Amino acid sequence: MYSKDGENYFIVDAHIALWDARPENQRNIHGKQFIDCFYDYHRNLSPESEVWSYEDYLYQGGERLMKDLFTDGYVDHAIFQPAYLGEFYHRGFGQTEEAYGLAAAHPDKLTYNHCFDPRNGEAGLDQLRADHERMGFTGVKLYTAEWHGESRGYKLSDPWASRYFEECRALGIKNIHVHKGPTIRPLDRDAFDVSDVDHAATDFTDLNFIVEHVGLPRLEDFCWIATQEPNVHGGLAVAMPFMHTRPRYFAQIIGELIYWIGEDRIQFSSDYALWTPRWLVEQFVDFQIPEDMTEYAPLTIEQKKKILGLNAAKMYDIPVPADLRLPDAEETATGPRQPERADLASAQ
Amino acid sequence: MTAAPAGIMHAVTEDDVRMGLGKVFDPELDEPITELGFVRSVRVDDVDGGTGALVRVHLRLPTSFCSPNFAYLMASDSKDVIAALPGVAAVVVELDDHHDSDLINAGLAADAGYRGTFLHEAEDSLEELRWTFRRKAHTAAMERCLTGLLRADPTLRVEDVGGMHLGDLPAGRETDALMRRRAALGLPGDADASVLVDDDGRPYPADAVPLALRRARSTRISIDGNAHFCRGLLRTRYEGSGADQAFRPEGAEPSDLFPLLPLTTKESST
Repeated sequence: MYSKDGENYFIVDAHIALWDARPENQRNIHGKQFIDCFYDYHRNLSPESEVWSYEDYLYQGGERLMKDLFTDGYVDHAIFQPAYLGEFYHRGFGQTEEAYGLAAAHPDKLTYNHCFDPRNGEAGLDQLRADHERMGFTGVKLYTAEWHGESRGYKLSDPWASRYFEECRALGIKNIHVHKGPTIRPLDRDAFDVSDVDHAATDFTDLNFIVEHVGLPRLEDFCWIATQEPNVHGGLAVAMPFMHTRPRYFAQIIGELIYWIGEDRIQFSSDYALWTPRWLVEQFVDFQIPEDMTEYAPLTIEQKKKILGLNAAKMYDIPVPADLRLPDAEETATGPRQPERADLASAQ
Repeated sequence: MTAAPAGIMHAVTEDDVRMGLGKVFDPELDEPITELGFVRSVRVDDVDGGTGALVRVHLRLPTSFCSPNFAYLMASDSKDVIAALPGVAAVVVELDDHHDSDLINAGLAADAGYRGTFLHEAEDSLEELRWTFRRKAHTAAMERCLTGLLRADPTLRVEDVGGMHLGDLPAGRETDALMRRRAALGLPGDADASVLVDDDGRPYPADAVPLALRRARSTRISIDGNAHFCRGLLRTRYEGSGADQAFRPEGAEPSDLFPLLPLTTKESST
């Protein structure tokens, strides 16, 4: 929990990883390129005081994770979202067994989400059933830009993806976190296109689709899809740290999200270990929309509380102390949430 | 190319090559690669006893995982513009440090084309991809102009912007940018043409205007945000590359210009 100015915030970090990118686990040059890309994100967007050494960045381990999140980071509950990346790392990038073990040891603090790849076909479905039997997760993380043999990406609208979503429905896996890659195939179209999320969300209205990075770099496409689909949510992984280096851009991201999908469908995350939650929580509670952006209302404390934890807690049935809960906003399920804000002049 | 008489031939210079590369755009960010700092090096050597030049260009991108279709487009467009310069005998364009560098560089060296380079991953061509981002660039330019009008005149209502024509826009950078984007889409540039139009140039009915403007705004925010983030990542990845980047006023933060200026925010409310 984080407290400031007499207000208490229940914090759910909805997208974290326990990764191993050390050289001995890198399968090829792409393993190094991938973690180097993450490290550049980290160096570029972090306050100077929060920048880690490259060595620290390669691997953290469970003990450090617990300290960064729960001892230092104000986090009440965090959710693992593993990315496999078996083509880049010998034992995978996200350490699923280690993460599952840590979550099993701290069920009050950690939720383990699993991952699958629909290109694994029938055998993958069997594996998913067996994994679910053993681990009992209610959510999965899908990385559509995952490389897989000859294929360098897939779409949620692929027939095999539908088969897997049907299995999710049968097993009670209801939360599908989607990280839009740069998906390479087919190369002819925009690699960051999110229209396949629309397809899946329309076909599986009883599943929640949480689009990580709120669709960045295609915020506009995400907003347009999410406003029409009541079961599409926005995860703030990677978007959060812009608050520090590019606060006007961040203000517009948040302003657009509140306009298009409303305050009840946005989830905070540090994307640990890309960044650590402590400074993100502190800065977000202090954050406000710049004065000249008349098209956006100021962020309220209630909106910040929902984004920082209550929204994800609701989705994952994480118990929240009674005095910290808030009711849903009385808003439309689809379409713009603040239609009056479409008018710059009315916001004067 | 018509051979010029000996002695009159203008020798290709590095500046000529950079000028040529200034016509190559990052299709996603809608800016020349020369202003983004994506040109890492240019080298010009005489070959064939001084009758032609060998031009070698290295390109660099903000991450190893930048979308390979955009990477390929920029690299192949670069090769095309340089090859078209008078006096150029041979061109080598290489993309550095990308996950598909080997594939793309081999394809460029062999002039294999898009499908020849990417084989089963390519379906037809990258033309539709270019059009997707030309449309987005136009949408963003349109929103900048209309939001500019709204900010300049508080009595103007958002519903009214549907009735604005090109002739109502003040002269300046944003209007010029809009006119270029309209031309790229084949839309008319007449003074009585509506500013707020869809990708095919059709104006919106009055009741659809506010939402159309809001949707255009999300596109503008996205492009500006990506353009600055990509610049920042390149500077982080390649030390000193910031010196090769042009300032982008659209989407700039106070810290881009005045690192010490504090941000003025709204009062918090509950």
